[in-house]
Amino acid sequence: MPEWLVAALWAVLKASIALAFIGLNFIFLVWLERKVSARIQYRVGPYRVGKPHGWLQLFADAIKMFSKEDVMPAAADRWVWAAAPVVAFTPAVLLFVILPVGPNFGVQPDFNLGLLFLSAVSSFTLFGIFMAGWGSNNKYSLLGAMRAVAQLMAYEIPLVLAVLGVVMLAGSLSLQDIVEAQKDYWFVFPQFLGFIVFLIAAIAELNRTPFDLAEGESELVAGYFTEYSGIRWGMFMFAEYTNLFTMSAIAASLFFGGWNGPILPPVAWFLIKTYAFVLLAMWIRWTLPRIRIDQLLDLGWKFLVPVGLFNILITGLFLV
Amino acid sequence: MSLTREPAQELQLDPRLGDRVRVEDLGGGRQTMVMSMGPQHPSTHGVLRVVLTLDGETVVDAQPDIGYLHRNWEKIAEYMTYAMTVPFSDRNDYLAAITNELALVQAVEKLTGIDVPERAQILRIIFSELQRITSHLLWFGTFGLDLGAVTPFLHAFTAREYCYRLFEKATGARFLYGYLRIGGMRNDVPDGWIEDLLGFIDQLEREYWPGFMKLLVENEIFIRRTKGIGVLSREDAIAYAASGPVLRGSGVRYDVRKADNYLPYDRFEWDVPVGENGDVYDRAMVRMYEMLESAKIIRQAVKELPDGPVMAKVPRAIRPYGEVYHRVEGPRGEVGVYLVAAGDTNAYRARWRSPCFVNLQLLPLLARGHLVADLVAIIGSIDIVLGEVDR
Repeated sequence: MPEWLVAALWAVLKASIALAFIGLNFIFLVWLERKVSARIQYRVGPYRVGKPHGWLQLFADAIKMFSKEDVMPAAADRWVWAAAPVVAFTPAVLLFVILPVGPNFGVQPDFNLGLLFLSAVSSFTLFGIFMAGWGSNNKYSLLGAMRAVAQLMAYEIPLVLAVLGVVMLAGSLSLQDIVEAQKDYWFVFPQFLGFIVFLIAAIAELNRTPFDLAEGESELVAGYFTEYSGIRWGMFMFAEYTNLFTMSAIAASLFFGGWNGPILPPVAWFLIKTYAFVLLAMWIRWTLPRIRIDQLLDLGWKFLVPVGLFNILITGLFLV
Repeated sequence: MSLTREPAQELQLDPRLGDRVRVEDLGGGRQTMVMSMGPQHPSTHGVLRVVLTLDGETVVDAQPDIGYLHRNWEKIAEYMTYAMTVPFSDRNDYLAAITNELALVQAVEKLTGIDVPERAQILRIIFSELQRITSHLLWFGTFGLDLGAVTPFLHAFTAREYCYRLFEKATGARFLYGYLRIGGMRNDVPDGWIEDLLGFIDQLEREYWPGFMKLLVENEIFIRRTKGIGVLSREDAIAYAASGPVLRGSGVRYDVRKADNYLPYDRFEWDVPVGENGDVYDRAMVRMYEMLESAKIIRQAVKELPDGPVMAKVPRAIRPYGEVYHRVEGPRGEVGVYLVAAGDTNAYRARWRSPCFVNLQLLPLLARGHLVADLVAIIGSIDIVLGEVDR
């Protein structure tokens, strides 16, 4: 076989494995969220469908999502409305390209622009949100979309600033190199401030409580996806949960040594650390009330950005 | 993709709201937006519709539009005998059925001059205060939901479930009891009920209440979301005839239980919690502390519960003359019943003074200039029950 064909097949294989994992991970996370929230709220959560702890519920949910009626509002901006879920969903999948799952293992973990790719692609979800909000021609959706846009700058800049500290320590933008640089110690210790900023900004980026302003149920009904049902709604959920996994994986890789760890195989360490972050995000979501939009902007500009800059300054002095 | 929208003037506005809702030109291409919030909205607490005029996300005006749950209590009460009206009054404020019954039953007792046995009086206090606790528990849960915190809701429901088991044991119903009778109570509480009640009070004071404070009320985000929002001044509160926690949140120490002493409340030691600034936070804190005060009253009332009958001798058909206004302190404020009796078994005219209806008038005043998110918090802090607003 010619070399290009081998490379192409290899790429297709990797992509299929990644996509299969993403799909399964999505329904698993939905089930996990229901279970975790139930635990926090003195409930048992899904229990009836599937014997141990309602595990079949996740497939029931998926089937329900696929079989629901797809309703398009009469006043919707057809193409924008229809394209929005896809636009929101694609970057979530794309981000899997840079995840370092193990030593030299992953789709393309040694991508030398890794973190730049991260900050560029992850903001793309916003286009989907904005298109959904605008295309629905619904005032609640519109307000949700506007909130999402206002929110973007407030957390995207601190996110990049927080990541910069790690990049300075590791001397590389590639996640592979960053994880390898943490063989001896985790970056969370020298970069504690950076980690705090990253954690807050990442939860804001994920649009989860306390920063779930764009959907803000009690205020905006369901925000930007009010008018979506069935699988289109499912794609937004898909994007949300996949982003949750990706952000957790990136947090684990940047600050907690990624796949580094004793005894267990690297992939296991990667998954343990990632899901620990997923659980942390769920814990936060089911505990805190929602912050207000102006308070989020204040938090972003008046707290996270200065702290992020200060962190870079300290890291710079330390390196010199 | 078209980036133009239909001009806002062409919106079909509800004619019932008339001139109250207008699209205003703010200049520079900016216009206010009219948004209909409700009657089907997750945080309008039932079927309230608020017609919002928004500048971006700032509320320029908010007009409540009510009547979706109108059941015509006042007219129907004219066609039913006094005793038949009691269960129907439960449905007015369906979260505080006992205090509704109490208002009506005591009004009729006042008209006819029936003396209620002491045991029934004290039991009425116990049930009113237990009802206040359940109602405030539900308020706590839904207020958390309004602010985006889902978990407090289910924690509050766990505690509330405990209460409703107690109600079920004593009255046979969980929600709408029909427990009070003209002249007393339908039945005495069963054996062991008082111990169960004290068990609940213990758990409320020891476990539930401090847990709620830690989970939601002492949270930094909660404090920032509620302090300084929807400030209601002392003068406005009085001028709008607000009552209950809304009035007391603004610093007016007025409670019908203290003012009228319609049940022997003066036998017990308890305080009326009041706020200072009249913002959402103060109204919330008043309700939180009222739960503790109610628990205090129940504790003392149980000790003084005498033996004896719970029902006075009441003639088979009550045919009073005269008119009466009687008010009691419900969980949401002053519940009043006005009856005109013309010597028949049913009232000539019945009128229900609903605290929620009166308090809801404050919404446009409180909401102006705040964000949509604050509006939701303000509606939550007024604590309306649409069943009572519309009657």
